[in-house]
Amino acid sequence: MTAATAARPRLISSAWRARFALLDAATWGPLRQAPGRTLVAVLAIALGVALGFSVYLINRVAADEVQGASRSLFGLADYAVQAPGQGFDEALFPKLAEIPGVAAASPVVELQVRLPGRERNLKLIGIDPFRAMQLQPALVTATAAENRKGQGLLAENSIWLSPAAAQSLELDVGDDLDVQVALDRVRFRVAGVLPPGAYRQPVGLLDIGEAQWRLRRLGRLDRVDLRLEPQADRAAVREAIQKVLPPGVQVVTPGEASDDAVRLTRAYRSNLTALALVALFTGAFLVYATQSLAVARRRREIALLHAMGMTVREQLAASLLSGTFVGSLGAAVGIFLGALVARAGLAAFGADLGAGYFRGVAPELDVQIVEYLAFFVLGTGAALIATYGPAREAASVPAAAALKAGDEAPVAARRHGRIAALFFGAGLVALALPSIDGVALPGYVSIACLLLGAVFLTPSLAGTVFGWLDPSGPAWRQIAVAQLRGTARRATVSIAAVLVSFSLMVAMAIMVFSFRMSLEAWMQRILPADLYVRAGVAAPGAYLDEEAQRVIAGLPGVVRVDFVRFEDILLPGERMPLTVIARPIDEASAGQVIPVRRSDDEPAPADALPVWASEAALDLRGFDVGHVFDLPLGNQVVKASVRGVWRDYERPGGSIVMDRDTFVELTGERSATTSAIWLREGTELDEFGERLREGLQRSGDYDVAVPGVIRQKSLALFDRTFAVTYLLEAVAVLIGLFGISASTSSQVLARRGEFGMLRHLGVTRREVGRMLAFEGAALGTIGVVAGLLVGGAISLILIFVVNRQSFHWTMDVHVPWFGLAVLSVVLVAAAAGTAAFSGRRAMGDDVVRAVKEDW
Amino acid sequence: MLDIRQISKSYGGPAGRKVLDGISLTVMPGEYVAIVGESGVGKSTLLNLIAGLDVPDHGELLLEGRDLARLDENARTLVRRTRMGFVFQAFHLLPHLSIARNVALPLALNAQAGPAAEQRVFDLLEAVGLAHRAQSLPRELSGGEMQRVAVARALAHRPALVLADEPTGNLDPDNAAAILEVLRAQIKRDNAAGILVTHSAAAAATTDRVYELTRAGLTLRS
Repeated sequence: MTAATAARPRLISSAWRARFALLDAATWGPLRQAPGRTLVAVLAIALGVALGFSVYLINRVAADEVQGASRSLFGLADYAVQAPGQGFDEALFPKLAEIPGVAAASPVVELQVRLPGRERNLKLIGIDPFRAMQLQPALVTATAAENRKGQGLLAENSIWLSPAAAQSLELDVGDDLDVQVALDRVRFRVAGVLPPGAYRQPVGLLDIGEAQWRLRRLGRLDRVDLRLEPQADRAAVREAIQKVLPPGVQVVTPGEASDDAVRLTRAYRSNLTALALVALFTGAFLVYATQSLAVARRRREIALLHAMGMTVREQLAASLLSGTFVGSLGAAVGIFLGALVARAGLAAFGADLGAGYFRGVAPELDVQIVEYLAFFVLGTGAALIATYGPAREAASVPAAAALKAGDEAPVAARRHGRIAALFFGAGLVALALPSIDGVALPGYVSIACLLLGAVFLTPSLAGTVFGWLDPSGPAWRQIAVAQLRGTARRATVSIAAVLVSFSLMVAMAIMVFSFRMSLEAWMQRILPADLYVRAGVAAPGAYLDEEAQRVIAGLPGVVRVDFVRFEDILLPGERMPLTVIARPIDEASAGQVIPVRRSDDEPAPADALPVWASEAALDLRGFDVGHVFDLPLGNQVVKASVRGVWRDYERPGGSIVMDRDTFVELTGERSATTSAIWLREGTELDEFGERLREGLQRSGDYDVAVPGVIRQKSLALFDRTFAVTYLLEAVAVLIGLFGISASTSSQVLARRGEFGMLRHLGVTRREVGRMLAFEGAALGTIGVVAGLLVGGAISLILIFVVNRQSFHWTMDVHVPWFGLAVLSVVLVAAAAGTAAFSGRRAMGDDVVRAVKEDW
Repeated sequence: MLDIRQISKSYGGPAGRKVLDGISLTVMPGEYVAIVGESGVGKSTLLNLIAGLDVPDHGELLLEGRDLARLDENARTLVRRTRMGFVFQAFHLLPHLSIARNVALPLALNAQAGPAAEQRVFDLLEAVGLAHRAQSLPRELSGGEMQRVAVARALAHRPALVLADEPTGNLDPDNAAAILEVLRAQIKRDNAAGILVTHSAAAAATTDRVYELTRAGLTLRS
């Protein structure tokens, strides 16, 4: 060293350099040594974070959009008086407008109509421009400017579209828009497009008089928006409003209304979130598996670092840093991917991923920095937690013993029977708890406890099963059995990986299969007729009026026809609508008409209307067999008695079935939503369809379908809804197989001297492959069998607890035995193949050199 | 009998590095020879060729009259299984088998089981002084004891040829001397041909003849 170099200050002192070198050896070096495994661990965390982040974003955006869309309907209103279904008599309006404290009142007609020829619906809103000016000034001003040109809201036959409606319907000013009322077409002219901030969802706006007249809603209103005077006593005004409301009409604030809209979808969104958390858990478990196996593989290396002076604390920190690096890298990739997936998912499927809850909502995604950060921390944290166990193990490697030639890692797996029992106990307790605000959180906690308990029970299970294995036979099997028994600790990681992933797959498979079979059986029961004619789906504006009903009933070939009316009503004190299904039914025939689960053997009270409540109505309102309650129908309130509980998969908010004649008598409403037709034997369906078209001769659309087609379409929608689940199941199984692959390849590295020795002794490559395949098959079999048992238990929790609490319906248990058997065999074979493939180095030439101590 | 005739081996194709050139050696049954040489001179290569783990580019390698160079890999593996025994520097006992089962491994590979096989194992363990530890696991033994088990394993199936690669590399001088004595005694007792590859002059001195492998070839030293 020259004087010049001696004088030059060093940027980093040699002590720090030494520390960096040591850190590199303990932290980054091992990751670089196994780039493939490191990459997979990073991707596992990335996948979990991406799924979690995307689901969170979709949920958040969907809820924001629904709330925003809901709020945009009310403008500056402080209260809204509203009723579902047929609305209420417009005579209520002046009473509301005159209540002290009310500064402005705006009547609204609101109706979902079918668009003939377009296979979709549109919400139409009729307002009084003069009154609405005080609650939605920007909206009315925009349309008022055109009044002078004869194209404003007040113009005859004119309709204004929201930007979303104009875009989705591809309509511009001057175009015609046909809507359907009953079975007739009603034509409007598009007078303009509303300003961008007006309504976020697709909406058509028209004059209230035009709406009442053209949509056949004379004398009816659906909503009255109220703005209060600045100094008004809100509570007192609300009380005054309540006093004048007839049965079935409610008063809400805009906030309450939007909360209700969001709450409808809470269970669905919670289930999506649970799925995403499962993905994150599986990713973290994979990190645990790879880190654990890395410690076993690097045992001697770690011992050397200890011998060179690396303290236990430093080793622990180095291992945790390694896990943090993997986690943060994975989380960074994950949040980027998650935002991409969310954007793509929202653009392609909407905010409900196709499930139909947010129909018509076109959300935009705007991600905040704090959201990115939160999920980054979550992903990194998950990896850190997963690394802690292996880090502690690395820090406790005994240097002297591990450096000795011929040393092998501790063989016995620690048994955690007590911890497993604790988790199982906690899971049982959680099962007994009710849902929290409609979310089946205790159910999910129970599932997590069951899984964790099973994982902690794996060492005991593995030890027991390995003890049963026959140690005799060909040399390769003797060695394989001895290896399995001798490395139970490593084996349990592989088994646990298979158990966790396969049990989740089994649970979802049984639950989805049960649901599908139950749905199919349910549709068989509720679709007994030969043919169904329906005016519209989720479009009360389209219906079968009396004329249509006469034509249908009088057609040749018709033996019997049941007309059914679906009507949403509000029970006293409630905000969630209850659907009344009015159809021909009585106590004698109820079991043949609907799938009754339980019925009342006692005779019905004489003064009460017999109704049959759905399971959701039972869960949400306590409508159990024998229950008597007030039922507002028409302008009166009658007593209703629950005669039975039936399964209804269509209305998660709850429904009751009552006799149609009674319904007509009480409400005067004779229109029908759908008709079920029984034909004379031998009647050709195509011919009948032709006769129906000729007989009806109406300009609107209606659907004619046979039960088989309805079932097919419904099941296709079901399969699409669960497509994401199937994908997650496949990913879970791949992760399980990777657990075996990681274990085998790690063991091959650790056992390379042993394999080299065996090759020297004359064990052929094929026999080595057979040995590894046997080990893989043994691990896979234990994981699969345990996974079947645990998965079966989880499926029962999903069916009887989570689904019931989330969606308030029951299903019968159906196990896809054949499918599970095939899957089990395939997975065991895949485990054997994966192990043999991952251990292919053991069959190569490199291991031959590994017998050399200095190789 | 092992008869090596003018074998050559290069790595890296025709223009590659020639590791062995024109090597010849004959070891008769009951003979025990040592091969010494500097690091990198080709001792491991020669050992791998003799073991049938690799094939020479030229020459013949005859074990009991059969040219290993002409056999396919599977056939060479079976020859190793039936006619050769190995002792390694790092012992390489299977950690989860008892020492008795480790010794019995070559017998199991040759489908030999039953009382005769068990007796053979017992006799060998007794010969190396470890019959009383038959059910112990390798990690319960010292380095010297593990190498004795390895010696017993190498001879369990009465091989025609025993190859020992630096068997005393991990042992202290006392243990090393004891192992070399056991190894020589067992080779002589079974009338096997034995080849010891070593850096140690003391170890080489326990054999009948010592060959030196250099870049020029294999020459008899004493």
